[in-house]
Amino acid sequence: MKKNVLLFCLFFVLLLSFGCSDGGKVKEDEEQVELLVSAAASLTDVLTELKEEYEKDHKNTSITFNFGSSGKLAAQIEQGAPADLFLSASAKDMDNMNDKGLIDEPSRIDFTQNSLVLISNKDSTIDLNSFEKIDSAKIDHLAIGEPESVPVGRYTKEVFEHLGLWEPLQSKLVMGSDVRQVLTHVEMGNADLGIVYASDALISDKVKVLAKADTEWHEPIVYPGAIVDSSRHKEEAQEFLDYLMSADGKLQLEKFGFK
Amino acid sequence: MTNGDYTPLLLSLKVAAISTSIVFVAGVFFAYLFAKKQFFGKSIIESFFMLPLVLPPTVVGFGLLVLFGKKGWIGSWLIEWFDFQVVFTWIGAVIASIVVSFPLMYQSAVAAFESLDKKFENVARTMGASEWRVFWTVAFPLAWPGLLAGLVLSFARGLGEFGATLMLAGYIPGKTDTIPMAIYFAVESGQMEKATFWVIIIVALGFSTIMWLNWWSKRNMRRFSNDVKRR
Repeated sequence: MKKNVLLFCLFFVLLLSFGCSDGGKVKEDEEQVELLVSAAASLTDVLTELKEEYEKDHKNTSITFNFGSSGKLAAQIEQGAPADLFLSASAKDMDNMNDKGLIDEPSRIDFTQNSLVLISNKDSTIDLNSFEKIDSAKIDHLAIGEPESVPVGRYTKEVFEHLGLWEPLQSKLVMGSDVRQVLTHVEMGNADLGIVYASDALISDKVKVLAKADTEWHEPIVYPGAIVDSSRHKEEAQEFLDYLMSADGKLQLEKFGFK
Repeated sequence: MTNGDYTPLLLSLKVAAISTSIVFVAGVFFAYLFAKKQFFGKSIIESFFMLPLVLPPTVVGFGLLVLFGKKGWIGSWLIEWFDFQVVFTWIGAVIASIVVSFPLMYQSAVAAFESLDKKFENVARTMGASEWRVFWTVAFPLAWPGLLAGLVLSFARGLGEFGATLMLAGYIPGKTDTIPMAIYFAVESGQMEKATFWVIIIVALGFSTIMWLNWWSKRNMRRFSNDVKRR
């Protein structure tokens, strides 16, 4: 019993201390702007690193990210999520937001691009150096994103259709519910080959890139960004968007496989 | 409606039926073994059995991939000895179903065996019946209502398994697309008509299974209590 009371007290003290520290933070941040950026999941690594640099130069701005699939982020903003900036991985979701008047249209800009790569496991012995030479007889499984619902799958289908490989490869396709799952299938060696974004392949040290898809083979994979119309920090949001387009920002993005 | 493609229905029924059969035998075996004995480490093993019930499906799926993947402990062994790959086949869906529904079967079976009056088994033993015979003629029939409940729950759970299945069996239309997977991808791609169709099917299946179980156990209880009165 005594022990329980002690534990309870401890819990309370902890709770209080959390409350205090929070309170302190709020006071400190009073002149500060907290920018909430809703960003596509594929941007996680690059933006997290970029944020540190950015906050060093912009002492009055602190950035909080909300990562997720572009479709879900768009739905959140539509439901009133207090985001200031929306960095999408698909033009379609941005178009929808625009149609509903949820973004500040003049601020919209394609701030980077991604590309598709053919990958295999690092230990794989498959000898292949181009998309055209993928031979359905030589592989058991090729992992792709599900073409109807996952953007990377849609682009992959466009590539294969362009190359006339969509039909021949049908029986070998394993479809992932997102690009990370496709990557996992290849990383664990369960699928012989996979098709993911260049930025995803770069993060993983368990896969190697066999070939790059020609950007002519599919719709451009653009990342549009725009300020959310209901934002109260439009100036700061624009500043961050400008930073992404600056030489510094571009350099960082390139480092992570974007261009 | 959906261009007459019924593979998800047949596949789901096949996967759930096979996994339930295996889960039933294994669940009854371990429950009968464990319900009667106390030994060191029993609660650890039991916690391990129940784990899939509380773990997120993605964790179960990832664990299964580590075990059964081409480079996994069991997976690499299966390929080497039997040239048999579990990942991306419907067998993978069966394994995922087994793992997630086993806790339900085990728990029901343990409860059923523990509530048995030991007297009946002991009477049979004094009459010289072997342990095997005691199990089949006394313990099993008396525990049957509880075992059946576990069986039906396992079947329903196996039918609805999604997360771990998607990771282990992958989504290969026409080969590993169970009903829950067909629903997920139909919703994600905005094919609401197709999604609704499969939702109705799986709700009807789940609902009728549980209805039947309720009806059956009520009827059984009545018969059982009548038996007691007649004595």
